[in-house]
Amino acid sequence: MSDQSPFSFRNPWVSASVGITAGIAVLAAFAGLVWLPLAQPDLKLSGIWDAICSAAGVPRVSSQGNAIQPDFKTSNVVMTSEMLTKPNQVSIGRGATLAQRCAICHGPQGVSDANSPNLAGQFAAVTYKELNDFKTGARVNVVMSPFAANLSNQDMLDIAAYYSYLPRVPSNNLDPKLAAPQIVTTGAPMRNIAPCGACHGDVDNKAGSPWLGGQSAVYIKAQLHAFATGTRRNDISQQMRNIARQMTAQEIDQVARYYEAQP
Amino acid sequence: MLINKRLILAHFWLAFAVFGLALLLGAWQMFLRSPLNAWHFNPEFYYRSVTAHGSAMGYVFPTLIGMGFGYAITEASLEKPLIGRRWAWAGFFLVAVGAIVAMIPVSLGLASVLYTFYPPMVGNPFYYIGVVMVVVGSWIWVALMSINLAIWKRENPDKPVPLAMFANVAGSYLWGWTAVGAALEIIFQILPVALGLTATIDAGLARVFFSWTLHAIVYFWLIPTYIAYYTIFPRAIGGRLYSDAMARISFILFVVVAMPIGVHHLFTDPQVGPGFKFMHSVFTGLVALPTLLTVFTICASAEIASRLRGGSGAFGWVRALPWQNPIMLATALSLVMLGFGGAGGLINMSYQLDASIHNTQWITGHFHLIFGGAIVIMYFAIAYDLWPHLTGRALESFGMMRTQLWLWFVGMIVTTFPWHYVGVLGMPRRMAFYDYANPAISPQAFSVSMSAFGGLILLISGMLFLTVLIRGQMAASSESGAYKFAVPLHMPARIPVALNSFGLWLALMVGLTVVNYGYPIAQLMVLKETNVPAVYIGASR
Repeated sequence: MSDQSPFSFRNPWVSASVGITAGIAVLAAFAGLVWLPLAQPDLKLSGIWDAICSAAGVPRVSSQGNAIQPDFKTSNVVMTSEMLTKPNQVSIGRGATLAQRCAICHGPQGVSDANSPNLAGQFAAVTYKELNDFKTGARVNVVMSPFAANLSNQDMLDIAAYYSYLPRVPSNNLDPKLAAPQIVTTGAPMRNIAPCGACHGDVDNKAGSPWLGGQSAVYIKAQLHAFATGTRRNDISQQMRNIARQMTAQEIDQVARYYEAQP
Repeated sequence: MLINKRLILAHFWLAFAVFGLALLLGAWQMFLRSPLNAWHFNPEFYYRSVTAHGSAMGYVFPTLIGMGFGYAITEASLEKPLIGRRWAWAGFFLVAVGAIVAMIPVSLGLASVLYTFYPPMVGNPFYYIGVVMVVVGSWIWVALMSINLAIWKRENPDKPVPLAMFANVAGSYLWGWTAVGAALEIIFQILPVALGLTATIDAGLARVFFSWTLHAIVYFWLIPTYIAYYTIFPRAIGGRLYSDAMARISFILFVVVAMPIGVHHLFTDPQVGPGFKFMHSVFTGLVALPTLLTVFTICASAEIASRLRGGSGAFGWVRALPWQNPIMLATALSLVMLGFGGAGGLINMSYQLDASIHNTQWITGHFHLIFGGAIVIMYFAIAYDLWPHLTGRALESFGMMRTQLWLWFVGMIVTTFPWHYVGVLGMPRRMAFYDYANPAISPQAFSVSMSAFGGLILLISGMLFLTVLIRGQMAASSESGAYKFAVPLHMPARIPVALNSFGLWLALMVGLTVVNYGYPIAQLMVLKETNVPAVYIGASR
């Protein structure tokens, strides 16, 4: 056995291996952090330190001056999948009282034949977001906007909690045997349409997506048209506008009838 | 001398049982997403299957092979019983129970996150806990390898560590360190979310931690294969190892540079700066070096064996090799697949070239060719070589073994070459459904069908492999003698201490980790605005 220590630089193995490794690391760092960034005129770097920071990925504050502001109101609700999933009894009770003013269209038990949304059993986060968007003007409706204008944040939370507490009631057009259209189960990948069921409950439920089972077909169609034409714009990241624009009239008919027939 | 045969056999049998099940899932997936199958299934089942296939093939199967082979090497090369037999069994049961704990939520559809976790997707906590149990079980093995080597060295201060044991311990240290990344990711990022303690996750940081594991894990899978190249192959074909020192340097290079290079898996991720991506790219290039050294040494060893058998000529010696010998065949086929896979790998590691194939089926083709092909075919060879010594019964179905190895090779080529091709055409990976009726995608339909057919060939080969082992288990007893490793051409009397110990190399490994990963990790840990809401998989409907 060699009696040289594996940690002494007098051991040629140590000096050579540490030297070569460090040499490669220094060269790679120089090339990656200094030379290559400076060789790219598009980066508009002000010097070596700027090059190093840019290549190391130090976050930079982008200039806000050029940001284009939309010419319409956008939603200010931040959705998370845990949002409003833990109802509280006091809130539900307050919501029941507040919801009396909603009953004329949405039904005393959150279900009606007025072609307005059936709210019984709807996810609280969904109802809350829509109320909030009506209040801020991110979503506009001649009937709902004035109702929402005077609601406080707590009112909206309470109404949402109350409706999510009510049991879902099947619609008069219930037909569970109706086969799901292809757009619901598989979407249309080539038109960038995810399956409806991937967010709206058949396959998975995603934060902010309403439960569509038993909703009025008239209402679903009207909303898809509103998304497609851009008259409704409060969907998160334009998800529904991008989908609705790509859907055919036949597909819109199919999904509206399908969801109306679901429990 | 193999003493704890039951321990080693238990590892191999569990590994191959898991392999057989996962192979079945793999072949089914190939069929499902091909144009041979009409689109009428729930894609959720596909993702469940991909998660199960990946977790079994990535975490359980090679880990058990590495552990079982490691215990065999310890006893055979150090010529003494394994120290810590009870701990070894404990490690085995941790892996076995962990695999079951992980697979239950996966099969229930509660953790279809694919085996690389993909945060911010978060599944059922038991999936992650199961994976952690597998890793902890393997860490027991890492510790045992180190302890057995240390005790042997104290007892034999003047002898060089046998090459097989040196390589085995190198592999265990590499795994010990590289598994830390995924462990950090699971324990500090994913589990708190999965258990409901927080609702947001730093997906970027989690992915950086996983990249720490993701690349070197392949080298951990590769080490048993390389050990077989160096210490089984020359002996099995009646030759000698060309160079003992070259072998040690190859394994040392793996220890030093296999791990701090994982960011090349994140070339299109935004959270790591381009400068660090470039540095990782450079070091990834370096990791080709030990493989090139190995190919050279193994070919030279084959030439020695051939010339001893009377082979002659510049290339004529190739014909004189014992091609009837399954180990010869497996090694040659493995090297061919390693060559193709390695060439593809050079494209993946190039910062610019990667952009054209990143996240396409090319990548799936690449890692199946390297791992499923070059590596796993040598696992078969290891099993064929060890089996008679473990069971005390001879393996006699040589024809079946050769058929099996050829089928595996052909199946893997038929599976992965079309995969690479459709990847170049732009077919994304990790998708259950492709609309082959679309004119833009229909040209890929033939290639995808072809690779589904390759999957079927692989399944047949896998079943043949299990048949050979089962038949061996039932054969008449026969004495197979002591298990020996290949002898080098020139037995070194003295070995530099650097080639006989790990301190220096482990220090370099950790040092390079700090240089290449320190800043990207520190930055993401400090930045608070990098947290995003978790996306729960299998949430209540």
